Amino acid sequence: MYDSPTRPLLVTGKKTYTDVTTDIVRPVLGKPTKGWLTGMGIALIALLIGMFCINYTLFVGIGAWGLNKTVGWAFDITNFVFWVGIGHAGTLISAVLLLFRQKWRTGVNRSAEAMTIFAVICAAIFPGLHMGRPWLAYWIFPLPNFHGPIWINFNSPLAWDVFAIGTYFSVSILFWYSGLIPDFATIRDRAQSKTAKSIYNALSFGWVGSAKNWVRFESLSLILAGVSTPLVLSVHTIVSMDFATSVIPGWHTTIFPPYFVAGAIFSGFGMVLTLLVVARKVMNMEDYITVGHVEAMCKVVVTTGMMVGLAYATEFFIAFYSGSQYEMYTFYNRAFGPYGWSYWIMVSCNVLSPQFLWFKKLRTNMTFVFILSIFVNIGMWFERFVIIVTSLHRDLVPSSWFNYTPTMIEVGVLLGTFGIFFTLFLLFAKFFPVIAIAEIKSVMRSSSDTYRPDHISEEKLEEAINAAPGSTGSLNPSMAMSPNEQQS
Amino acid sequence: MSKDYPLKKHIVGIYDCDEKLLHACGQIRKRGIEIKDVFTPFPVHHLEHALGLKNSRLPNVAFCFGLLGTTTALTMMTWMYTFDWPINIGGKPSFPLPSFIPITFELTVLFCSFGMVLTYLFVNKLRPGYVPEIVDPRQTDDRFVVVIEASDDPEKNGQIVQAYKDTGVCEPPREQMLRGNWYNL
Repeated sequence: MYDSPTRPLLVTGKKTYTDVTTDIVRPVLGKPTKGWLTGMGIALIALLIGMFCINYTLFVGIGAWGLNKTVGWAFDITNFVFWVGIGHAGTLISAVLLLFRQKWRTGVNRSAEAMTIFAVICAAIFPGLHMGRPWLAYWIFPLPNFHGPIWINFNSPLAWDVFAIGTYFSVSILFWYSGLIPDFATIRDRAQSKTAKSIYNALSFGWVGSAKNWVRFESLSLILAGVSTPLVLSVHTIVSMDFATSVIPGWHTTIFPPYFVAGAIFSGFGMVLTLLVVARKVMNMEDYITVGHVEAMCKVVVTTGMMVGLAYATEFFIAFYSGSQYEMYTFYNRAFGPYGWSYWIMVSCNVLSPQFLWFKKLRTNMTFVFILSIFVNIGMWFERFVIIVTSLHRDLVPSSWFNYTPTMIEVGVLLGTFGIFFTLFLLFAKFFPVIAIAEIKSVMRSSSDTYRPDHISEEKLEEAINAAPGSTGSLNPSMAMSPNEQQS
Repeated sequence: MSKDYPLKKHIVGIYDCDEKLLHACGQIRKRGIEIKDVFTPFPVHHLEHALGLKNSRLPNVAFCFGLLGTTTALTMMTWMYTFDWPINIGGKPSFPLPSFIPITFELTVLFCSFGMVLTYLFVNKLRPGYVPEIVDPRQTDDRFVVVIEASDDPEKNGQIVQAYKDTGVCEPPREQMLRGNWYNL
């Protein structure tokens, strides 16, 4: 396949194949660093607070939360949709970008997939707790029972959700693990101690990497990507139907599925940026997760941010155009009512702040990207809060209007899920290869400075263009230089 | 390692570059020497053509499992909801096909993925705790290992060694006792 010599490289630092193995396996087999231990300590504290709040909710019941009959869904479902949304970037990166042959996915897919799985675990906690009697959680499955047997309601999007999230979680794990198998084998063959060798051999399932193995591996990845792509889109579509199939003004809109999917991709990439901008620095992975990778993700963020912005505008227009006074009031109240502040936080974080990413100077500034990604996370959390709480708190009967405030227990559960998420992510970063070793090696031939001596860096290209006679300083395809011309 | 596979003498050639390996596999097969197996640290494109391997049949497996998922989902829901215990919720029909579509889709994907991954693990002899026969520990790092079964005829073995040397092995070819049962089928 042709690769332009001016395309930014995916692997820098003149790495050989062994260097790649060494760089990625070093933290796995080495001792945990001080930074890792500190991070783990903080994550565990958050996790403990969360465990306390979860147990409190289990003992006391849902009364420990700030809900009542008007606002029946609030913090919990906001957090559920928030985490499920974050869980979208991983499979999107590994599946959709694999189908589109986007090679930059190789640097980030492993950690993004791990993030997906951990985020879905966090998400599952909330509907589980909100059941009130989580020990009866198996009632959500169509199991034979002693009530007739009376089966679950297949007309309900909540039943679809169970199947969608369950399938998404298990297929994501399969996809992630099938990619990890060859890399565990690499660690096994590198490990010195007997314990490490036998553990990683067990994890690698006894992989040897014969030609036939790889043919099957490629075929498996492609088909899994093919089925995961519609799966990713279906999951948030079905989550949005939890709202859209109801008759609540503010929820009952047909735009919800694409709007939620765009929002999920947006928030997922926001979280990937938050994690990877830090991880690449702390774990010395800057040669594999390059500035180019971060830029590519920033472009996805700005694109999906605009889509989400378009959805906000469309919702308002349709509310006006429908002529339904309830719709119109809900949306007026959303922007200018008692929760108006959360609406404007959402708009400024999700629609306005990503606009900075149009500028290359800001896209390539890691500190800026990190701060911006935090804004995206906050904005997307508030989006779900706005959709859920502002649509519910002033319902059709003014006597039951109610201003919802979360209790400390609810905040504690949210904090706890962050604890679970970061504990799992830090464990992953320590014991698993954070970058897909085999996959990154397979793109090095076409996109690393070791194997592409003909590569022309951006600065050189610009210099050449400016030096060309009659140059106006703008890119002109006829002036794209071959490496030979450049030397002369 | 099963006892059905006795230890046999093999000749092993090690390359340090994927392009050399591709060229070598073509050249060796042109000389009428049969390559037993090749081990690489990452998927080398066109290696399957150089070795004359057939396409994987996993996509067919995936399709069959997917179809199984579709039929399972549809029959399950129709039986439960239409025949076994129809529930009247607001007078809605007891055979709501459009409502069945999301779960049908999810179960299709679920069956397809699990069926395919389990088949993949089975045919590749992958399972937790399986201790494989590793020709060279560097084959998962940066070396490309070609394994050819040695014959009883020393002249033929000489040809194999010569073929390795002509195609640029990075270290002298060596003889190694191997069982060579790396995968099923």
